[in-house]
Amino acid sequence: MNHFRMEILVKPRPGLLDPQGKAIHHALRSLGWSDTQDVRVGKAIYIDLEAEDSDTALQTAQAMCRKILANPVTEDFEVSIVENTERITA
Amino acid sequence: MRVGVVTFPGSNCDYDLYKAAQQIGAKVEFIWHRQKNLDGYDALMLPGGFSYGDYLRAGAIARISPVMEDIIGFAENGGPVLGICNGFQILCEAGLLPGSLVRNASLRFESKDIHVLVEQTDTPFTSEYQKGQILRMPIAHGEGNYEADDQLLEELEAEGRVVFRYVSSDGELSEEANPNGSKNSIAGLSNKSGNVLGMMPHPERAMEEILGSIDGVGVFLSLATNLSTVVL
Repeated sequence: MNHFRMEILVKPRPGLLDPQGKAIHHALRSLGWSDTQDVRVGKAIYIDLEAEDSDTALQTAQAMCRKILANPVTEDFEVSIVENTERITA
Repeated sequence: MRVGVVTFPGSNCDYDLYKAAQQIGAKVEFIWHRQKNLDGYDALMLPGGFSYGDYLRAGAIARISPVMEDIIGFAENGGPVLGICNGFQILCEAGLLPGSLVRNASLRFESKDIHVLVEQTDTPFTSEYQKGQILRMPIAHGEGNYEADDQLLEELEAEGRVVFRYVSSDGELSEEANPNGSKNSIAGLSNKSGNVLGMMPHPERAMEEILGSIDGVGVFLSLATNLSTVVL
């Protein structure tokens, strides 16, 4: 088994009102970044897991997203591998 | 009439709900979220609160509680299930009700009295109301903004599944009367067969004059009336 650190990005679906992003957008503009066009806020989830290979690790993380980590009504997700060597302790 | 009030870690309206169901003569019991086997209950209620701290998404972790499997089975067999506030969020996460509840458009936790229009009286929780009746009840939530795609909204409207809609005190639909930005001002909706109701406002906090409103009584009275007329 190999060790993988998965990065899961859960993002508000396009078109969905993201009031948090709107508030940050407003804050950025009021700080002088007037070229800011849009801000969307999602979340990043990091999961350490053991898997046979990277495909299996990706499939497992995708299954987690479909089952619980993302709500298909309001959120999209993206899964990637950020580490597949030694366990990293923060 | 035996009513079960389901308590999750972080539920905080369970005692209010217990009292409300008791007020209309039900024998009420708390059901811990780990309990299996819900035999013998006539109705189940999921209270408001912040189950599992609302971590991940409101209701997302509560819906994998051991008790949920039996609640889903109970609902699928036509048993009356009421979810209020966090209970509504859990019912959506569990797939018993469609759509989802996201952060209030105001970005604020909204805690105040609001008005809703009764649009559907063909449910075990609203049969004692009149269609078009305006009710005053409190809300208290940060994530009550009902979200659904256009196709689902059309379906809900066509099937008459919007049970309560936010309106002004004189019954007008408006942006100001919609406290959280919900699509179509939806405050409460039912499943296809009508036995599952989810709502953001708190009828269990509008049960006595001294609390400012008795408009919530009808929800519990409807249930009592329906259960007493069910021939088993």
